[in-house]
Amino acid sequence: MSAIHKVIGTETEFGISVRGAPDFNPVLASSIVVNSYAGLRAKIQWSHEEESPGRDARGFGPEGGILPDIDGGLVNVVLGNGARFYVDHAHPEYSAPEAYDPLEAALYDKAGEVVLARAATEARSLLEGDQSLVVHKNNSDGKGNSYGSHENFLLNREVPFSDVVDYFTTFLVTRQVFTGSGKLGSENGRSRVPFQLTQRADFFEEEVGLETTLKRPIINTRDEPHGDPKKYRRLHVIIGDATMSEVQTFIKLGSAALVLMAIEEGVIPETLRLAKPVDSTWQVSHDLDMNRPLELAEGGTATALEMQGRYLEWATKYAENADLPEPYEQVLHEWEAVLADLERDPLSTADRLDWAAKYRLLLDYQERDGLAWDDAKLRLLALQYHDVDPAKGLFYKLEEAGRIRKLFTAAEVEHAVNEPPTRTRAYFRGKSVSKYGDSLVAANWDSLVFDAGEETLKRVPMMEPLRGTKELVSDLLDRSDDAASLLRALGENDE
Amino acid sequence: MSDREQKRTEKRESTTEETVEEIKGSEAGQDVTERIDDLLDEIDSVLEENAEEFVKNYVQKGGE
Repeated sequence: MSAIHKVIGTETEFGISVRGAPDFNPVLASSIVVNSYAGLRAKIQWSHEEESPGRDARGFGPEGGILPDIDGGLVNVVLGNGARFYVDHAHPEYSAPEAYDPLEAALYDKAGEVVLARAATEARSLLEGDQSLVVHKNNSDGKGNSYGSHENFLLNREVPFSDVVDYFTTFLVTRQVFTGSGKLGSENGRSRVPFQLTQRADFFEEEVGLETTLKRPIINTRDEPHGDPKKYRRLHVIIGDATMSEVQTFIKLGSAALVLMAIEEGVIPETLRLAKPVDSTWQVSHDLDMNRPLELAEGGTATALEMQGRYLEWATKYAENADLPEPYEQVLHEWEAVLADLERDPLSTADRLDWAAKYRLLLDYQERDGLAWDDAKLRLLALQYHDVDPAKGLFYKLEEAGRIRKLFTAAEVEHAVNEPPTRTRAYFRGKSVSKYGDSLVAANWDSLVFDAGEETLKRVPMMEPLRGTKELVSDLLDRSDDAASLLRALGENDE
Repeated sequence: MSDREQKRTEKRESTTEETVEEIKGSEAGQDVTERIDDLLDEIDSVLEENAEEFVKNYVQKGGE
């Protein structure tokens, strides 16, 4: 077994509501958002042919592996940056294009906020009177409803899935100290706290499983590789918060990618198995002081920070002997710094972690206005932190005030809104949407379907996430003025 | 930031230099308080109008 390149992508379901119309149908609101953004651009349907969210990585699951019509035929489009933008259940969802490294993945995740903000603005003309849409990048409504933020990592199929369960579970539970976006109160019957680190922890009830909407598992077993199934898995990490902070998203994705590569390489020496992973999940999230001892399966205890220190050590050692893309050095540096700062003074991370930035803002308000933890104004502040409207979102206000560190310039984010990553197959997808949008009838993570005016539709498979890159296809795209010539050239090249 | 600066100042032995440091520290502290007040004022101006109602109406069903 050996580690393979970590292609990374995030998916975010955004909270949606309509000012002045509390009873507005969220499915309709989501459709309006996606449609109004898509209306200005090429509108290409997503094809579900190759998808099988019901397939289980442990080797069992529903016969045929396909769940009934998950997206219900709702609006579903592909953007010029290679992302998928659609209505998932009752939320607009932005699935970022496949990124080459965690820095790029964080950039395309950030671009999603801009897409949603513009979509909400463009949707205004379709609403009545002074109604307007509000979109939040969060994961809970504070009333017991949670919606997802998922991270995807390409894995070597040769690695037994049980290794992922054994070696990755404790990492996911303990990383919450730096992956949370912060939440007032608790939900789902968990013990009461004024504030906790994450939005999602309260909702996790199983150690391993296929579900994503009820009885959520720490390790999700959905086996839908979106690539050559003989070579790859796509690990679908569902236990994470959608994060606004660029630095935080970068550490969250980068640290997970490093640990996964170390697992593939077989160099993680201990499982650090928790005695009660599910209980530990909410316990870590509820522990703002970060010193709660967690029971280990082999006896003894350790705190989340102590265990993260071990993963950092192992990942550092792995990276020393591996040929990794440049940003991983920065990942290790940021990861080490954030753990040290959390150990010393958790609130000192308010310049890069959403939960700490939000908590500090709430404390500032409490101090100035003498507000109780259940005050509606605090609840509004905690919610509006996540508003993706740059004029309203409190995260952006803190960022403008210099309280939050940035990784990307506005120009870099703008570029990512419009242009695909260049070093994955997202390049071919995004460029095809921009250049041959009129002839592209359907798209998927691993294929494009063209109607080039011939008798039959032509499907172009993209089973290798690291092909279809700028290096490999830009000449081809430059030479091909229309879809017909592109397909002819592809036939000659066989890629 | 101000907390850290204060702590550092407290640890120092009493010297003339320290008096200067202390004055600087408290001025910086005041700046920070003003900056926080300005920020909270700005945030107040963009907050949704009726906090109670907005938060009450915020219900998100279905997901993932």
